[in-house]
Amino acid sequence: MKISRRGFIKLTGAGALGLGLLPVKNVLAGDHSNVTSDGKRWAMVVDSRKCGECNDCIVACHKTHNVPEIDNKEEEIKWLWKEKYEHAFPSQKHDFVDEDLKKRPFMMLCNHCDNPACVRVCPTQATFKRKSDGIVMMDYHRCIGCRYCMAGCPYGARSFNFNDPRPFIEEINKTYPTRTKGVVEKCNFCAERLAKGSLPACVEACPNNALIFGDLNDPDSEVRKVLREHYTIQRKPDLGTRPSVYYIV
Amino acid sequence: MLEKAFSGSKRYWSWVIFLLVLIGIGFGSYLYQLNKGLAVTGMSRDVSWGLYIGQFTFFVGVAASAVMVVLPYYLHNVKEFGRITVFGEFLAIAAVTMCLLFIIVDLGKPMRLFNVLIYATPHSIMFWDMIVLNGYLLLNILIGWNVLEAERNAVAPPKWVKKLVYVSIPWAVSIHTVTAFLISGLPGRHYWLTSIMAARFLASAFAAGPALLIILSLIVKKFTKFNPGETAIKKLALIVTYATIISIFFVILEFFTAFYSNIPSHMHSLEYLFAGLEGHSNMVPFMWMFAVLAVIAMVLLINPGTRNKENTLLIACIAVFVSMMLEKGLGLIIGGFIPNAFEKVTEYAPTLPELLITLGVWAIGAFILTILYKVAVSVKEEVRA
Repeated sequence: MKISRRGFIKLTGAGALGLGLLPVKNVLAGDHSNVTSDGKRWAMVVDSRKCGECNDCIVACHKTHNVPEIDNKEEEIKWLWKEKYEHAFPSQKHDFVDEDLKKRPFMMLCNHCDNPACVRVCPTQATFKRKSDGIVMMDYHRCIGCRYCMAGCPYGARSFNFNDPRPFIEEINKTYPTRTKGVVEKCNFCAERLAKGSLPACVEACPNNALIFGDLNDPDSEVRKVLREHYTIQRKPDLGTRPSVYYIV
Repeated sequence: MLEKAFSGSKRYWSWVIFLLVLIGIGFGSYLYQLNKGLAVTGMSRDVSWGLYIGQFTFFVGVAASAVMVVLPYYLHNVKEFGRITVFGEFLAIAAVTMCLLFIIVDLGKPMRLFNVLIYATPHSIMFWDMIVLNGYLLLNILIGWNVLEAERNAVAPPKWVKKLVYVSIPWAVSIHTVTAFLISGLPGRHYWLTSIMAARFLASAFAAGPALLIILSLIVKKFTKFNPGETAIKKLALIVTYATIISIFFVILEFFTAFYSNIPSHMHSLEYLFAGLEGHSNMVPFMWMFAVLAVIAMVLLINPGTRNKENTLLIACIAVFVSMMLEKGLGLIIGGFIPNAFEKVTEYAPTLPELLITLGVWAIGAFILTILYKVAVSVKEEVRA
């Protein structure tokens, strides 16, 4: 093969450009995992066998975080709620699921993914994964309300304040901020309570100890123990988001 | 040159005032939305984007009107397009402005818009979309205005303008690609998660943009003393023909993959759009209207007899424009959200304020277009006089 000086320079240039694109690839498609870092990675195991009829966890969560109660399903705000098995795990349903599983409620909340799609798409970093413990957080003061994160989240975990939420809050908890209309919100794994050394409100409220919370990076933690001893599943693990919420079925 | 926009016939002024009234209605509706929140729209927790974002993606496509005349003219020396390049560019200016407005009216917190710049985030496709759209707007303003001014002064356009023209051609490809990337890289949105999305955006853009340009050229021809030229329109019609065929072909490809593989999550959105799902069928009439109009357009365009006749070409172009708007400006975005993450169906229908705001943005687009076309036509009439 004959190659001219000009052709050689062109090829070298193209090659160098390719190398130059490598960091771009890392930014756009890199694995932002910090599972091996020294930090914590908070996680939850939902023991669906123990989950009963009550709504104690939901009430505790929504009261703690001033989540408005909006009756209109289309505009509702929810951080923690119940779904049936077939809706929680749509790709794992089949025609002959046992009756108990069919009836059993599954608690839905933000998965605090290790590789969160919402964080990847947010144009202002108003939603971000906290380096120290992997919690996917929201900055309500930075969110522009474009709802790109809601399109990005494959778990339907995010709610948008279509209305001014304040009139819909029965009793305002003065220790946690309320939101304004036009921003997105979701479960924050009770980051404000963790900071004070308490467990998340839902975990504390559950009368059956169906919610187990702890640090995935600590092999001796409660969650790791439960995960070692039980068969657990995640929602849509095939999407590569690496959720931090596990379910015992 | 702008002074040309300040003198015109009675018909011109009535049209301008009509548009201003529509803009006023749209603006009033927007103030209402700003006050009450996006609750006044038909959007919901499940269908969190609707008509606004749909129209945004569609009008990114319309902006392709520019490149489809600029590319043949500057790269292939298709002289006939020389008369109408500025019309393509001015249409792109109006279309991109509409895109930006549709994004702004969709924001929950529009006053924080500049957070996108202050906290620039390169891993968000929206950041890149902002760059390419604003860049394309600027390029077309600079190129269109300077080329027209040079034409008026009977001199060659400055050299840097030609350099910008060459930049604008790949840049046009980027606006469709990046806008497609906005939705085609999201896990769990099966209807959007298709690598052909950017190609679909390009094809439908190259159909809808030039189709509108033909419609506008025919209007200019009818109402002014300037004739954009029959050969230019014929050549554009050929571009629209190929682009429409490719565009429809791409839609058929989506059907094949979904239904031959028989994977439920890949079929659901298409089923919802074209047949209804779990008893929900709001979108079905619109999607069939798209299909019927697309067939009508193709029949009229492929047949040289009807393609080369002005009346039938006009019908074909309207059919292309409306069908692409239904498919891309409505079905594509809504289909991505139905069924939702729990495989439940929540339907969407725009509300009156939402429609009025959309109408207002349309009127702003038409207003910008009217002013720019008035200037361009006046200059061209003056030069030819």
